[in-house]
Amino acid sequence: MSTYLPEYHPEQETEATARPLTYRFEPKDYVFRSITRSGGIIVLVVMAMVGIFLASNGISAINEVGLWKFLTTQNWAPESNDFGIAAVLWGTVQIALVALLVAMPLSLGTSLFITEVARGWVQRTLTSLIDLLAAVPSVVFGLWGAYMLQPNIVDFSKWISVWFGWIPMFQVEGVDPASPLRDTVPFTASTFIAGLVVAMMIVPIQTSIMTESFRRAPIGEREGAFALGATRWGMIRTVVLPFGQGGIIGGTMLGLGRALGETIAIYLIISPVFEIKFHILEKGANSIAAMIALKYSESNEFAMSALMAAGFALFIVTMLVNFTASAIIARSRSGAESEG
Amino acid sequence: MKMPSEPHTVAMTTLPDEAAGAGVHAGARAGQQSPEQSGTASQQLAVFDPADPFDAGSTFDPEATFDAGLEKRFSLAAQPAAGLEAENISAWFGERKVLDRVSLSMPAGTVTALIGPSGCGKSTFLRILNRMHEMVPSASLAGEVLLDGQDIYDPQQRITAARRNIGMVFQKANPFPAMSIYENTVAGLKLAGLKASRAEKDFLVEDSLRKASLWDEVKDRLHQPGGGLSGGQRQRLCIARSLAVSPRVLLMDEPCSALDPTSTRRVEETIESLRGEVTIVIVTHNMQQAARVSDTCAFFLAAQNTPGVIVEHGDTNAMFSDPRDQRTNDYVNGRFG
Ligand SMILES: Nc1ncnc2c1ncn2[C@@H]1O[C@H](COP(=O)(O)OP(=O)(O)O)[C@@H](O)[C@H]1O
Ligand SMILES: [Mg+2]
Repeated sequence: MSTYLPEYHPEQETEATARPLTYRFEPKDYVFRSITRSGGIIVLVVMAMVGIFLASNGISAINEVGLWKFLTTQNWAPESNDFGIAAVLWGTVQIALVALLVAMPLSLGTSLFITEVARGWVQRTLTSLIDLLAAVPSVVFGLWGAYMLQPNIVDFSKWISVWFGWIPMFQVEGVDPASPLRDTVPFTASTFIAGLVVAMMIVPIQTSIMTESFRRAPIGEREGAFALGATRWGMIRTVVLPFGQGGIIGGTMLGLGRALGETIAIYLIISPVFEIKFHILEKGANSIAAMIALKYSESNEFAMSALMAAGFALFIVTMLVNFTASAIIARSRSGAESEG
Repeated sequence: MKMPSEPHTVAMTTLPDEAAGAGVHAGARAGQQSPEQSGTASQQLAVFDPADPFDAGSTFDPEATFDAGLEKRFSLAAQPAAGLEAENISAWFGERKVLDRVSLSMPAGTVTALIGPSGCGKSTFLRILNRMHEMVPSASLAGEVLLDGQDIYDPQQRITAARRNIGMVFQKANPFPAMSIYENTVAGLKLAGLKASRAEKDFLVEDSLRKASLWDEVKDRLHQPGGGLSGGQRQRLCIARSLAVSPRVLLMDEPCSALDPTSTRRVEETIESLRGEVTIVIVTHNMQQAARVSDTCAFFLAAQNTPGVIVEHGDTNAMFSDPRDQRTNDYVNGRFG
């Protein structure tokens, strides 16, 4: 037995060039690829068709008033050619933001509780309850909001407006805070209440995405933090939250996308107004989706085209939000190992 | 240069007498104890009830953040190494017992190597020494761990303080990837809620990185991510991070098993330079490493389907040159395991 010394002359010119690599698919792989690819293509085609359908039907209404007027008019009266999405788009965004402001901390807290504090049956039960919440139909949320939440929350609305009315957003006109009568009607059917109900509807999606991203925070880093004498909150702050950042942002954005498109629950709660309002506690709110549901049955062909145009605007906004969300989720470190 | 603060003059190993403690600790089991039994040496996980599904075990400790002034001096000033004493440690995962009445003395400032085949409970033993064992939901334990004579499982003791005093370096390097090298090094301060000035941190970063023999390699890129280092550098960053909170004991669980020979040598140099300052307990599968770095050595073994025990422990030279148990002799000479 002896070893070998290969002949190697570094000073010689090398003849090596990279060779092209080709390969043949297995038939099974080929079938699999075709099926999955066509699935993906179908989804894209459907999406495109929805967009094209809305755009082509809405274009005649937009042409009638011009794009600028369509974007800036607050009224909605297609019969007199005076319509635009300014008020409803504003209302949509406002309700969604209220929902987000309430749902975000709630989801963050719930998912941290599920992943970092609860154990055993509590953890399992809570996880499935959240999933169950996602399965509740939105009309049920709407009824609950209108008949259960609203009568109980208006006093809270009033309390906010009495104490924080100096902030313009919380002002409610035509209410005398000194009056001893329990006059809560001006506080019903508001952006705030609609936002609260929508918040309940987006908590599940936000919570499950955040939970998923926190769960994947590497055990090695968690133990590393604890081994340095970290408190639990210290560990969460240095390991779990940075790791779950993408999940937090992405989940929040997905919830926002859902909140923007929510229809029936808002429809059941608000009393529609066609003006840009800043007073979120005050009676009267609106959203694109709720308006379409409201006006749909009484529309002639042209009014229908106007609604399609409004729908197209909503479609664009939600697409943008959702694409941003998935881009953030995909780019986050979640799922990628911390290997260097 | 070996310079333990309590020099072993008699180079001789010890075979634990299993019969001696058998009567006292038989059946004592954490989490299943009746209150009357709590006076025995067996120890309940006092901080939380592992069966409480509403609480994964509280490491929250309000006072740790409030007396920051005291803690700061406490933490930034280097503390003398402390002796560590494990007494009759038994450990379970669920119903399965993986350690049975293991006692070991790790004198202040010395390096103790734990050797033995895989699965014999070395990591479990090490994790019991700084209360990491109880992070596993099904885990329980009995026995005492005395740091300078004070039981770290005493209900009066804070788990965060125990872990800060007894640092740990893991088999897989685990720097915080979102943090820079600088931030990683002083992460322990932030985690414990300690405030330190910029100058204090600068000093601590250089000092700790120097001790971990990493300073020269990273001094020009302290503010780049810690995840961008090589495997060996990441491990030394973790050592520096542990040293920055000035632990009195440093536990290392196979710190070099994923490292190349050069990095391994650097880690061994670090251990050498820390001798006397910090009590070190290192698990290693590398017999040469154990022989090179340690003053004393303990050989763990778990026979088929029985919990792990210490077969023999004592002066490293004696363990390698003249072990008293045949199994030790076989193991250190690479004949099994
Ligand atoms: N998280 C755990 N859950 C259940 N059993 C475990 C766990 N960790 C270790 N064990 C078991 O405990 C025994 C001791 O493991 P360990 O302390 O890791 O051994 P070593 O470090 O000596 O290789 C092994 O039999 C292992 O299967
Ligand atoms: Mg191990």
